[in-house]
Amino acid sequence: MSKAGPASVEFRNVSMRYGAVTAVDNVSFTIEAGKLVTLLGPSGCGKTTTLRMIAGLEIASEGEILIGGKDVTRLSAADRDVSMVFQSYALFPHMNVLDNAAYGPTVKGLPKAKAQEMALEKLALVGLKGFEKRYPSELSGGQQQRVAVARALVLEPQVLLFDEPLSNLDAKLRRRVREEIRELQQTLNLTVAYVTHDQEEALAVSDRIIVMSNSRIAQEGTPRQLYEEPADAFVADFIGDANMVDVTVKSVADGRAAVAIGPASVSLAARGLQPGPAKAAIRPQSLLVSRHESQGALPGNVRKCAYLGNHLDLMIETAVGELFVISHDVDDMLVPGTPVWLSFASSGVILVP
Amino acid sequence: MRPATRLVLLTGWLGYVLIPWYLPEGMSLAGYPFGKSGTALALVLSGAAPWLAPIGVALVLASLLSVRQENATTGKLLAWIGFAGLVVFFAQGFAITLKDQGMPTLAALLGGAGAAQPGMGFGALVTLVSLLLLLCHGLAYRGLCRGDVFTTSSIGIVIMLIALFIFLPVSTILRSALVDQSGNLVLGEFVERFFSPTIWGLGCLGANTNCGVAWNTLILAVLTGVITTLLGLACALLILRTGMPGKRAMRLLTVLPIITPPFVIGLALILLFGRSGLFSTFLFDWFGVPRSRWIYGLPGVLLAQVLAFAPIAFLVLIGVVQGIAPSLEEASQTLGAKRWTTFRTVTWPLLRPGLANAFLLGFVESMADFGNPLVLGGNFEVLSTKIFFAVVGAAHNQGQAAVLAVVLLGFTLAAFWAQQYWLGSKSYTTVTGKGDSGLPTPLPRRITWISALVIGPWVALTAVIYIVILMGGFVKTMGRDHTPTLQHYITGFSIDFSRGLYFDGSAWPSFFTTLKLAAISAPLTALIGLLTAYLLTRQRFAGRGALEFATMLSFAIPGTVLGVAYILAFNVPPVEITGTGLILVIAFVFRNMPVGVRSGIAGLSQIDKSLDEASATLSARSFTTLWRVVLPLLRPALVAALVYSFVRSMTTVSAVIFLVSAEYNLATAYIVGRVEAGEFGLAIAYSSVLIVVMAIGISLIQLGVGERKLGRRGTPALASSAAEPIKQG
Repeated sequence: MSKAGPASVEFRNVSMRYGAVTAVDNVSFTIEAGKLVTLLGPSGCGKTTTLRMIAGLEIASEGEILIGGKDVTRLSAADRDVSMVFQSYALFPHMNVLDNAAYGPTVKGLPKAKAQEMALEKLALVGLKGFEKRYPSELSGGQQQRVAVARALVLEPQVLLFDEPLSNLDAKLRRRVREEIRELQQTLNLTVAYVTHDQEEALAVSDRIIVMSNSRIAQEGTPRQLYEEPADAFVADFIGDANMVDVTVKSVADGRAAVAIGPASVSLAARGLQPGPAKAAIRPQSLLVSRHESQGALPGNVRKCAYLGNHLDLMIETAVGELFVISHDVDDMLVPGTPVWLSFASSGVILVP
Repeated sequence: MRPATRLVLLTGWLGYVLIPWYLPEGMSLAGYPFGKSGTALALVLSGAAPWLAPIGVALVLASLLSVRQENATTGKLLAWIGFAGLVVFFAQGFAITLKDQGMPTLAALLGGAGAAQPGMGFGALVTLVSLLLLLCHGLAYRGLCRGDVFTTSSIGIVIMLIALFIFLPVSTILRSALVDQSGNLVLGEFVERFFSPTIWGLGCLGANTNCGVAWNTLILAVLTGVITTLLGLACALLILRTGMPGKRAMRLLTVLPIITPPFVIGLALILLFGRSGLFSTFLFDWFGVPRSRWIYGLPGVLLAQVLAFAPIAFLVLIGVVQGIAPSLEEASQTLGAKRWTTFRTVTWPLLRPGLANAFLLGFVESMADFGNPLVLGGNFEVLSTKIFFAVVGAAHNQGQAAVLAVVLLGFTLAAFWAQQYWLGSKSYTTVTGKGDSGLPTPLPRRITWISALVIGPWVALTAVIYIVILMGGFVKTMGRDHTPTLQHYITGFSIDFSRGLYFDGSAWPSFFTTLKLAAISAPLTALIGLLTAYLLTRQRFAGRGALEFATMLSFAIPGTVLGVAYILAFNVPPVEITGTGLILVIAFVFRNMPVGVRSGIAGLSQIDKSLDEASATLSARSFTTLWRVVLPLLRPALVAALVYSFVRSMTTVSAVIFLVSAEYNLATAYIVGRVEAGEFGLAIAYSSVLIVVMAIGISLIQLGVGERKLGRRGTPALASSAAEPIKQG
């Protein structure tokens, strides 16, 4: 079997309808070869349907899907050079680890010895040497997950798909496995499409992230772009925590805007906005708490204060509403009712178009 | 074109050019390739059957496509060619049949005016399958079912089979109810027959005559439904909610109706309560109670049906009672309700949908039952027996039989509809994914007592009946002469070793025929049933709902109706197979297919769909996935389908009693014949042999496969078979 190498994935105006329900609505994007791109969004946003359309498990109602520049829109899953790691792992319970991993080459008609050799190689890669004769039910969740990955890798597909691969693992294991997946993707130079609803996971592993909402793409970009320049209130709120507040753009000059946040004022990147009412996303760690009044700061009153070890979670009542603030000054517990002044850090306060 | 399509095309040519087109009489090949055993091509070229030419044209056109690339246009053309071929095939088949029958105008159009042709044979069958597959492959090329040839072909074949062997016969019945012998539409006669007082008369209310047969059937069915439901409920409550012993014995009780031919209960009742029955004799000898014929009529049939079908109600209700979350009752008790109040206000309302379901099952079973009314009915006629006598009796009135069948079908379909649509939305599912650690509330004392009083006699009577069945074969005449004898077994099952191994008992031929046909039909039933279940649960295609409805519908067709429908539909060309073993196999397969579908659906719903998808993304096609992933995991369902279809084939009587012939007689038909001739000893001996054979079979299978893994919450395996429909009669 010739090794095809990683391939790009391109969606051109793809829609998916089930009767009257539109699961994916006119979506276009490109995943470059050798990159890990995450489809991120709340449940029901169409991200899993999009992934299943790449796999060929769903046939798009409209539009074109290209893999490696070749139109595969109407091809079935079996005819596409794509493998998938399922949320439930979908390991065949009646086959042992080796047979599971060797399934792909076996059904392609390769000789048994060759198929097993390919399977053993990938099992070793995911660190499961010595587990070949076990059955899936005799493995831990993390080990099952590795078998699923090895099985998907054996055919060396042009594109590898992950459908929420970490959702069945406990929190500690999740961090380790996601690092392993990222490492594997980079060493083997794989094209990976990865579905998750966990924004932290997405930020940690991705080259690029496609944020989906209500069957459409809300924003696409690198993790940094999404966090620092969210396209709209939804993305700002979904990627990291943010306080969404109503502000007034007073004037715009040289791409900078003078913005009034209640009685306070601050200079922000204008992002194409004109003077008038607007919205701003303020990251909780970008609000700096002080017990003393200062120029341009926003006055407020402490409502709640919770101690979380390395930081404090504060709720502060201000003229623009209640704001969520993270303070790293853990020694200074602020009892409810304390008057404070909030100033703005140089990053993390963003005008949202 | 894919190689698979080329193969299909080649097969088509084989059927058209090489294999005899018609079913040759006596399998003789005289005159091949012309004459009666001629091939289609030879018959067309010699001008004997010009109407077969268009089918050849379709094959030629399809062959022209074989060099083309596989794409949507090729697919479209191929699909149209296949479709046109099928249309022409069926048009000539139904237009040109026997002399002066069929459809003369259409026949003339096809160039066969006034011509006749015998029933279709193997050549026609092979060509038909080939045309169908060409159509399916064409549709797959166009992207249907993700372009999967195996899936589209399976769908095509299943639809074709259901159309041919369920819809065609049933519509033939409807047609023959509406037309007279010469094929004219006679609505007036139909209306007259349909509303005849023999069907709907109410004479028994006022005047001293019999009621119409429809009312008899209805009254019997309602009574059977009510009584079996109450018995089943009492039994389920006692077993699950009290410390009553004997739960294992009850498990046995639920297996019995599956392995007992339906009329055997009636037979045993005659031996007990008939004029010279065991019990009647006892009463006469000791208390001077005069012998009477009370058992022949409504009381006897009702008693037999209650004994036969109460276990089914029990199976349904034990599942329902288990399904009631104990925490609901505990909640009621912590809110201050006493046991009786809890039962009345919480348990009973939750039971109601289950009760309705059990009632409808009993109702339909009673409607469809044929053996017990035949054996015990006397002057009390019900629809199923009346249909039988209209077909085989002296009157021989097919039109009358068809009208009665329509009435019976109407009743069962109405009950079936009620069950599906009224109950489907009404069931209170109280089993949730969350574990329920509550303890069921013990029954209120008065209900325990009532239940025990009802159940005691029922269990005792059932036990006595099976003792009679097993012992009856070993005495000269049950009730009269209790000298132990092996005479009945020798008559039926003697083996002569003097000239080598020679089975000279009178029961052997039918016994072997039954075994053989059941063994042939069981794998076919399982195959078609599971394939249909796979298509219904795992594939999305237009018309899936209709297909599901059609398979469910065959549940509701009583055996008697199906039997009559088969002789009406398959006695004449184009499908002329009455009197052969084939029609029996087909009847078995399509009577039992719902069992295969149900166990398949139940099995598949336990297999996560992502396993199929994982296999697909690892570049396995549908067939590979089915073979390597689904089937190994489905083994228990497969075995269940095999066993149940085998057993039901051996015990069924209603459908096949119309279809048996001298050459292909079946065990049940033979036994019914013995009963009618008054040879009760042989009949009961044969019945007990059947019961024992099947009991051994079932227990071997259960040992081999083990219980179904449904009992996640430690429920007894009783519940697992609640999903199995037990319909016979």
